Amino acid sequence: MAKTNLSLPEVQIREIRINSITGYHGDAEELVRSGRCGLKDRERSFSQCMGCATSKAACMTILIQDAAVISHGPVGCASCLHEFAFTYRVNSPLRNVAVPTPRYIFSTNLTERDTIYGGSAKLARAIREVHSRTKANAIFVLTTCASAIIGDDVESICSEAEEELDIPVVAIFCEGFRSKVWTTGFDAAYHGIARKLIRKSGTRRSDLINVINFWGSDIFSEWFEPFGAKPNYITPYSTVESLRLAGEAAATVQVCSTLGSYLGAVLEQDFGVPEIPAAPPYGIAQTDRWFRALGKVLGKEETAEKIIAEKKKKYMPRIEELRRELRGKTAYVTAGAAHGHALLDVLGELGMKAVGAAIFHHDPIYDSGRPENDQLAQRVADYGNVPNYNVCNRQEFELVNMLNMLRPDVLLARHGGMTLWGAKLGIPSLLVGDEHYSMGYEGLVNYGERLLEAIENDEFVKNLQKHARMPYTKWWLEQPADYFLEGGPVI
Amino acid sequence: MSKSAVIEQQRYTCAMGAMQTVVAIPRAVPILHSGPGCGEMIAGFFERSAGYAGGCTSPCTNFSEKEVVFGGINRLREIISNTYKVLDTDLQVVMTGCTAAIVGDDITSLVAEFADRGKPIVAVETAGFNATNYEAHSIVVNAIIDQYVSRFVSENKPRSEKNTVNLFASIPYQDPFWKGNLAEYKRLLSGIGLNANVLFGPESGGVKEWQSIPKANFNILVSPWYGKPIADNLKAKYGQDYTWFHHIPIGANETEVFLNQVLEFALKQGAEIDEKRARDFIRHESDAYYEEIENLATFLLEFRYGLPNHVHILHDAGYVAALCKFLLHEVGIVPKEQFITDGTPEKYQETIRADINSTSDKKEIPVFFEPDAGKAQEILRKIRHKGRGLIIGSGWDRELAREKGYDFLSAALPNPYRLVLTTNYAGFTGGLRVIEDIYLMVLSTYA
Repeated sequence: MAKTNLSLPEVQIREIRINSITGYHGDAEELVRSGRCGLKDRERSFSQCMGCATSKAACMTILIQDAAVISHGPVGCASCLHEFAFTYRVNSPLRNVAVPTPRYIFSTNLTERDTIYGGSAKLARAIREVHSRTKANAIFVLTTCASAIIGDDVESICSEAEEELDIPVVAIFCEGFRSKVWTTGFDAAYHGIARKLIRKSGTRRSDLINVINFWGSDIFSEWFEPFGAKPNYITPYSTVESLRLAGEAAATVQVCSTLGSYLGAVLEQDFGVPEIPAAPPYGIAQTDRWFRALGKVLGKEETAEKIIAEKKKKYMPRIEELRRELRGKTAYVTAGAAHGHALLDVLGELGMKAVGAAIFHHDPIYDSGRPENDQLAQRVADYGNVPNYNVCNRQEFELVNMLNMLRPDVLLARHGGMTLWGAKLGIPSLLVGDEHYSMGYEGLVNYGERLLEAIENDEFVKNLQKHARMPYTKWWLEQPADYFLEGGPVI
Repeated sequence: MSKSAVIEQQRYTCAMGAMQTVVAIPRAVPILHSGPGCGEMIAGFFERSAGYAGGCTSPCTNFSEKEVVFGGINRLREIISNTYKVLDTDLQVVMTGCTAAIVGDDITSLVAEFADRGKPIVAVETAGFNATNYEAHSIVVNAIIDQYVSRFVSENKPRSEKNTVNLFASIPYQDPFWKGNLAEYKRLLSGIGLNANVLFGPESGGVKEWQSIPKANFNILVSPWYGKPIADNLKAKYGQDYTWFHHIPIGANETEVFLNQVLEFALKQGAEIDEKRARDFIRHESDAYYEEIENLATFLLEFRYGLPNHVHILHDAGYVAALCKFLLHEVGIVPKEQFITDGTPEKYQETIRADINSTSDKKEIPVFFEPDAGKAQEILRKIRHKGRGLIIGSGWDRELAREKGYDFLSAALPNPYRLVLTTNYAGFTGGLRVIEDIYLMVLSTYA
């Protein structure tokens, strides 16, 4: 198990903490096996824009209802954060937020002068200005490459402001160059939240279960109700106060093991909240395990069995129908990491053939250290191996190469931009933003129906294919996808 | 300029945003020597703007701790070499982010290695802390002119085509209507007998057109301040004089002034233009425009259920000035307090203020230069005038408009509540489109 350390301002990066990698080409079974005995990363000699930790840290802080966020850097480092203001507004009805307030997003707008004389004084002023403008209940300060390299002491500035303003002022160390693993940004945000917000009270509430997730629909209220509990969502649509309570919950569950890996472990190790020993409930096999694990942690095993039986009765007939319609269809998955594994579970359960996957990174073992949380291992055990499994670090050129070679019946994507390449190649492509949509028995029905709809209505992609421009060279499309990976065919 | 220590709700981005200047050139590719997140930030700011090889397609060295400590020049060499294998492009523009600039990598010498082998490649310093994308647009265009266009000058003799002009107007993608605007300028200029190189978007001829920049007789700059260094550079380099129109011509009045200004300048520069035909063209366009306004007048004057009578605009200087003039004189909506959110350098502010205040000799229009748009909103939140108000701005301002009970038109970045494809706001037809957009939204409140 990776040891957490909340006394340090910065979280250790994933590459070091849990040996995460960003380059692999092979199959899923081999990846799982070598993950157990030291997995070696493979560098690339060609790369495209990857994305960095700062926007991931931003996403886990901006969506807290009553917080303000300051990006301490040049104005460009906060460019895309307005997208979270949109997300917050659009998804608020799914989380019963009746009046979604504007998101408070700021940049200290570092200029050349600041890179020479330092940006500390500016940040100190910025925090006070944001406090008086927003009256937020907590202020988060995100570091950037520029502020990190010039060496501003962000931790001290935040601590001083916190004392003066009497609200949490939380430094989040998420500068882009620190890590190649995009999810380090989530870890960084959670680390700051755990250090400064989550309360150690010694109380344990049996009616509260932490759910580490994104902004998906509120399905957990209904799921937890028979257990006499309700969800404490972390962090989108939480409040500073509800985050404080996370340390008192009965258990923690995750919707994506790579998202909450670190926070789940911190809650367990530093606050005594057990993380349930099961990967998220995608596919029937895993859903059953998940409910049982939850029941066990809560001491309500019978409730779990009852739920499973009811759900089977209610949903199995439709799932069987969907299986008949989808059987033998081929699919390719591209996603962050664990949610990709989850989609591979869903495909396996629906009887579809996963012909490959382009997954952004791979965590050989999560921070909990428990093999039960390893969704890819479960996937391989439950539904068989996945060939053509690439860890691609969001490298589009590798995805296009594989898609062009494999030509699946459908492309499933989790992150923006990727569906374009399916569409350009005439492959029906589906992105479902709500990560809860495919969970559990009902999720198989939801997702199965969406898959059928996507495969059936292919007119748009077939037309686009006829007219699409392809910036990739013919040469590249004919190479093996790991051509530019260290130890690849020519290097 | 703002005294804030922060920018809230930014309406522009850093120098790296000029990667969209490259993306807007057909078949050109930006190569980023930067941290891993820069491209994602820019793609997320502009949205739906990846073009041919922008967004996740653009090569990037993705600085890690190793490059920060040891420098990233070898990594960049590798990425450039392999870009030629993977991507099929006509022009490569290597751009540096903050990391490369602070570390001090010498990209000029490295890129020269490739350029010496005949590769169409250019290097430009675009550290985010050095400039905004409004400023960096000129830096990138000038780098392409100095390092790429200049290679073709022997077959493109300066000022050798009397009726050809280079047009510098909209900044691609930062102006949400850039594509439509450039196409409309090209059509209008062609109507008065000029062949315009618009250089960006589908109406340009790609790198071939860039190579022919020196041949133009003169240049046209349509901008309150940004883009001026390009016109100055070309004047010094190829002796091309330029005519400067200080705001976007929207509607009939300003488009006529614009076209007449260009026509007179062209004649002075020795362009071979049939002046009568040119004037006939302008009159024809104007007549067509006023046919619409005449039909509309009764609606604007008689609609008895309420129409906006005043407007606040939060936009860049070019749009604020243009929309104030257009809405007052051609639609009858009175411009009240205005907010320029583009980070206009101080030296241009007085001229812009004067331009806006020349809109009417009967009215004073208060102008705030405020890149901290959150602060601009705070000011606007406290202002109230009689009658139904209209706010024209970015997606951020929709929330403020709702709060104030005002009508709202999305016309600035970031623009999440509106898709703009090839719509133009410049020109006669652009004015009509602004009218359509405002009243579509106003009338829909009665549905």
